[in-house]
Amino acid sequence: MAFDEMLNAGSAPREPYKNYYEWYSAQEPGSLMVKSRDAENIFRKTGITFAVYGHEDSSEKLIPFDLIPRIIAANEWRKLAQGIEQRVMALNAFLDDIYHKQEIIKAGRLPRELIERNDAFLPEMIGMRPPGGVYTHIVGTDIVRTGEDQFYVLEDNARTPSGVSYMLENRETMMQMFPDLFQRNRVRPVEDYPALLRQSLESLAPPGCDGRPRVAVLTPGIYNSAFYEHAFLADQMGVELVEGSDLRVIDGKVCMRTTLGYKTIDVLYRRVDDDFLDPLTFRPDSALGIPGIMDVYRAGNITIANAPGTGIADDKAIYSYMPEIVEFYTGRKALLENVPTWRCSEPDSLKYVLEHLEELVVKEVHGSGGYGMLVGPTATKKERSDFAAKLAAKPNNYIAQPTLSLSTVPILVKNGIAPRHVDLRPFVLVSKNIQIIPGGLTRVALKEGSLVVNSSQGGGTKDTWVLED
Amino acid sequence: MLGRTANGLYWMFRYIERAENIARLLDAGLRMSLTHSSGEQGDWEGVLQSAGMHTAYSESYDDVTSVDAVDFMLRGKNNPSSIMHCIDSARSNGRMVRTALTRECWEATNEFWIDMKQLLARRVRQQDLPAVIGSIKQRAGLVRGAFHGTTLRNDGYNFARMGTFIERADNTARILDVKYYVLLPSLSHIGSSLDNVQWESILRSVSAYRAFGWAYDGEITPAHIADFLILNSQMPRSLAYCYEKMCSNLGYLAKQYGQTIKAHDTAAATLKSLQKGSIEEIMDQGLHEFIEEFIHHNNKLGLEISEGYRFY
Repeated sequence: MAFDEMLNAGSAPREPYKNYYEWYSAQEPGSLMVKSRDAENIFRKTGITFAVYGHEDSSEKLIPFDLIPRIIAANEWRKLAQGIEQRVMALNAFLDDIYHKQEIIKAGRLPRELIERNDAFLPEMIGMRPPGGVYTHIVGTDIVRTGEDQFYVLEDNARTPSGVSYMLENRETMMQMFPDLFQRNRVRPVEDYPALLRQSLESLAPPGCDGRPRVAVLTPGIYNSAFYEHAFLADQMGVELVEGSDLRVIDGKVCMRTTLGYKTIDVLYRRVDDDFLDPLTFRPDSALGIPGIMDVYRAGNITIANAPGTGIADDKAIYSYMPEIVEFYTGRKALLENVPTWRCSEPDSLKYVLEHLEELVVKEVHGSGGYGMLVGPTATKKERSDFAAKLAAKPNNYIAQPTLSLSTVPILVKNGIAPRHVDLRPFVLVSKNIQIIPGGLTRVALKEGSLVVNSSQGGGTKDTWVLED
Repeated sequence: MLGRTANGLYWMFRYIERAENIARLLDAGLRMSLTHSSGEQGDWEGVLQSAGMHTAYSESYDDVTSVDAVDFMLRGKNNPSSIMHCIDSARSNGRMVRTALTRECWEATNEFWIDMKQLLARRVRQQDLPAVIGSIKQRAGLVRGAFHGTTLRNDGYNFARMGTFIERADNTARILDVKYYVLLPSLSHIGSSLDNVQWESILRSVSAYRAFGWAYDGEITPAHIADFLILNSQMPRSLAYCYEKMCSNLGYLAKQYGQTIKAHDTAAATLKSLQKGSIEEIMDQGLHEFIEEFIHHNNKLGLEISEGYRFY
């Protein structure tokens, strides 16, 4: 039995959910179902959509939103926040080291080929220190829970974590629909995220910038799966949403084309991958980037958030070394545990993984979004044997983890509520200090028994409450 | 503001205006085919011409029938100006410039699109057509209203308005261009009234059948109709009205930006030609030539705006 965060074994509500559960039990049966449809209409009307690649005719989809909040007690959050802060500090120190002295390699704690043969490692970044020494301005740390006190970090999203718009819209929708709930429960606010993000980005403007730094959000355009979020964040921050075609390098600065001519940009929050950022440095066929922006960056005339080359830190092969990395840079044991991970590049591990496929989750090292992974216990025999062949052919490309019994939180179903597996992505802003937004994106697998929470694979979301002390 | 954002706002409102204009033309066409004995099919050929879709239509169909014409105008796949395509483009532009729109305005646009995707998913049955046309006009009105009631009066507002008026002027001019012969003195017998069907069709396609009656005390002459559509600055779809508005939008931009561009001169010259002349002079010098020249200058103005304000 998975750990349920709302109801304990005796079907009594756990402490943080007591107040909510009392309210829930007093609701008319069916009335929440009606609210649920209202919520869907709000989302559809607002156009809060994402695109699923490969589905041509249904190019914009809603992420299903479940009305039952996921509630985290103040003391639980404190523990998580400390662990996350430590981890994010370590990630930045790691990136700085990797692109400078590489002490962790010299100390023999990390194999050199893991870095140098990694596509996410950008030689262009060697010796380059971003303004303020910050590499990962925005981090999303994916966390899963398996018991009362057992949390694991599943993944560090250090490139361009997405989903924060859902965190904000989910809260907005809940407050609109259930104002009474927010009177009964003291829920910590998340809505200052855009203002904090802007402040945080401005504080890391290049040293040569005079006056208030000009920030812009760079999007690949309206066909990108996360376009809604890009527009939402630009709008909420009150900054321009730009595309590559709006930008040009003029006199050593990155400038945007306005109706009055070109204007300098100081901080670029880019939602475009490294590969596409600068056709002169990376992929020459990229139409999404800005030719020459890397030269401007290296000359210290623009801040790019997150810094190019941070992907090396959220690579799944690096992930397996995170306990060592945290310890190496912070001098303390990691407060948050890693999920035990087999690196298929190591022959013993590969052998073990191949022999235990039916118990394991196997992931591509560079994959994301739940694509290209095998969930052993629910896969068919044929899927497993097909996957085994891929794995044996290219073991470096994979890692494997035990199938964790993820905690559940109930969702609304036809006849009441039913438990479904969840994970959690809190959002972290890094500038001179580290700010962790109290809450995050809770993703929930809507299918009974399913462990896959990715929105591209039929997952939904919940509002996430962190309670005040 | 970004040049691309100005471009997106401008085109978003051009497309909303176009969708609404096509709906008006459809409405007029439908009305004519129901009330006049101009054959069962009505004057769909003329409607397609007024909508500027005749060439595209004849690439897809051999004959003009009311069923095909209506479907082509509503949702024709190879018709870049079909109502569905206009709404689609308006929304895409709106999404692109989402940060420059208020939530109300974006939601009105998005709901317009959601609604039409459903209504126009398949051929519209004839008995549903009036309701569908009504819905399009209503939804377009809602977008305009939300925009008007909630938008900051800044440069973005003025780009959006210019999109509306340049499109509207084009539309009115096009109707005149197709129907000008109806208004030529040589073709209407001196002293007799105009061909009822034709002038009614013109006025209905700009939704001004009743307004005309009020403005000219029911006196229907070719000169009055031409005056109404070209020079009457009370008539919100006349060329003069559109240019008065556009000049004031351009004037606002000149003030905010502290500079003028070529478009300012072009628009002012066109407005002047609409204000100084009388309709008799225009008709004496050739109505057709006048309109053709107007359309040419209107297009030129569009280009000058997009260049001068760095749309691309």
